[in-house]
Amino acid sequence: MTSGQNEPETGPVQVRGTVLTVRRVDAYYAMTIVAPAIAARFRPGQFVALAVGGPESPMLLRRAFSIHDVRPDHGGTVEFVFAAHGPGTRWLAERRARDMLDIAGPLGRPFPLPRDPVSCLLVGGGYGSAPLFALAARLRERRCEVDFLLGAASGDRVFGALTARRGGRTATITTEDGSLGLRGVVTDVLGQVIHEARTDVIYACGPMPMLRQVTMLAGRYDIPVQVAVEEEMACGIGVCMTCVLPVIGNDGITRMVRSCTDGPVFRGNQVRWDDVGTIPFDAFGAPGWEPRTRRASQAAQAALAAGNGDGAAAGPQPTPRRPGHGS
Amino acid sequence: MAADLRTRLGHVELPNPILTASGCAASGRELAQFFDISRIGAIVTKSVMLGPRSGRPTPRMAETPSGMLNSIGLQGPGIDAFLQRDLPWLLSRGARAVVSIAGGTVAEYAELATRLSEAAGVTAIEVNISCPNVEHRGQVFACDPAAAAAVIEEVRGRARYDIPVFAKLSPDVTDIVAVAKACVSAGADGLSLINTLLGMVIDTDTMRPVLAGETGGLSGPAIRPVAVRCIWQVRAALPGVPIIGMGGVRTGRDAFEMILAGASMVSVGTVIFHDPSACVRILRELDEELSQRGIERLADVVGLAHEPRTAPRRGLAGTAAARRMP
Repeated sequence: MTSGQNEPETGPVQVRGTVLTVRRVDAYYAMTIVAPAIAARFRPGQFVALAVGGPESPMLLRRAFSIHDVRPDHGGTVEFVFAAHGPGTRWLAERRARDMLDIAGPLGRPFPLPRDPVSCLLVGGGYGSAPLFALAARLRERRCEVDFLLGAASGDRVFGALTARRGGRTATITTEDGSLGLRGVVTDVLGQVIHEARTDVIYACGPMPMLRQVTMLAGRYDIPVQVAVEEEMACGIGVCMTCVLPVIGNDGITRMVRSCTDGPVFRGNQVRWDDVGTIPFDAFGAPGWEPRTRRASQAAQAALAAGNGDGAAAGPQPTPRRPGHGS
Repeated sequence: MAADLRTRLGHVELPNPILTASGCAASGRELAQFFDISRIGAIVTKSVMLGPRSGRPTPRMAETPSGMLNSIGLQGPGIDAFLQRDLPWLLSRGARAVVSIAGGTVAEYAELATRLSEAAGVTAIEVNISCPNVEHRGQVFACDPAAAAAVIEEVRGRARYDIPVFAKLSPDVTDIVAVAKACVSAGADGLSLINTLLGMVIDTDTMRPVLAGETGGLSGPAIRPVAVRCIWQVRAALPGVPIIGMGGVRTGRDAFEMILAGASMVSVGTVIFHDPSACVRILRELDEELSQRGIERLADVVGLAHEPRTAPRRGLAGTAAARRMP
């Protein structure tokens, strides 16, 4: 899973970057940092992890954010979007131009790109849409058709609606309060959008319940889905083992994999959505796992065939989780 | 490097005293993206068990003031994968490997020691008898001197004679010196102080524990004074036993503090999550701390805080008091 895919030559860097701008974008903040080495290595879907609170900070854990865009100015800049909903992100929102920040990236596996010019639907929830615009640019370079489907609780929480309307062949917006676009959630209209756009591939980023629903619906149309998950991370670089979720490997065996280095992008149908927050009974190394027997791998195959597992019964129920990176 | 930072891990000499702490560096591969892992004293690997292990459900961590709680539950692929993949890779990078082992029974620890002794290139074994995130939290070996000694005796008996065996102890005990003495009597070549303290955080919105495992191990700068106290007490009782100090080390100054308390090596743990290149930064800072004080040899100041205050505090190198160190 991890062998040799992040060698120093191509892997992430840790740099001190200068803040260029911090600006309000509706309900969110967008921060641009001068970090040429990160910008040069970036591929859509990857993220950065920032230290917050300064050198004596009582907040030890890095905050992870999807990269929204990179630009060539000032040697190379990186922009990400965040919501100031905790002490760490509030501290970030208070930074000003010329402040220095410790930033590591680009981290994680990027979105895989199709070989052929196909019809791609990009689905985003809240500011989860941030990484989709750089992806759209790469897809268009490959002469793919790009349609957007963005949703949020209210109009000020739909990130990038205007960019989507300008850049996408179509852009469908949904809000739960009806303040922008259609009233409802993205999955209410997903089927219709797929139908009209003749979608071949779906890319999705947003809260876990949305990703789960998108994957399920896409499964009905037999359309492959690439999801970028949002799990809480402590380090972002693969050493802390806190951001794991159950994912079925190509060998049919479920493993607790790190969303930071094995993800954040996964094939939607390989994530065991119903078992996120648990250790499925048939996961590699789960209590009762029997090495060198076929039982566990058969169970994993059965779960794969059924489209989901019922491992939740074997482990504690998940506690309610907050979607989104950092706090 | 201005100061002589060489130190001894049992009979093995290390070029410098800065190590990673087990569980905070995986098996070195991820950190190698940020610095040359052969530059630090050694990589202490995440505790390896006999079989693969999925660990505990998520959420597995909670940020706390100057620290964090974790409840990982020793997730890992097991000793076979470690010997096949991780150990050869570490050695190929020129890193020294201190392998942390964990088990549910004395027999499992013994088997792990045997397997590691059959492999080439293990610098030392750190016996994790103090992980709080196991199924039977009341049965942490390091909470009972007799149980701790039973594990260490078996590991020391099975491990090849030239591989030092260090026992990693828990601070969650009434008398850490009693556990330390039991481990040394059982054959431990040194002690690793300290593992995490058991803690808990409750989410006041959901009104339930934050961690799926309910309780978790507290680490980070918040626990550093506890670590310094434990190192101090064990050093006072067992002055000849080498100690790897750890618990919230964030700067070279923090590492120096642990060395003064009696540690001859210092592991960097949770702070790696904050700063992936922390180990090399702390190594540089420690060198500066020593040089600023005119200290030429690290070995001269290990446990110095135990000396009476009348001892000269500046320009130590060469004094008789400073030479009485192992």
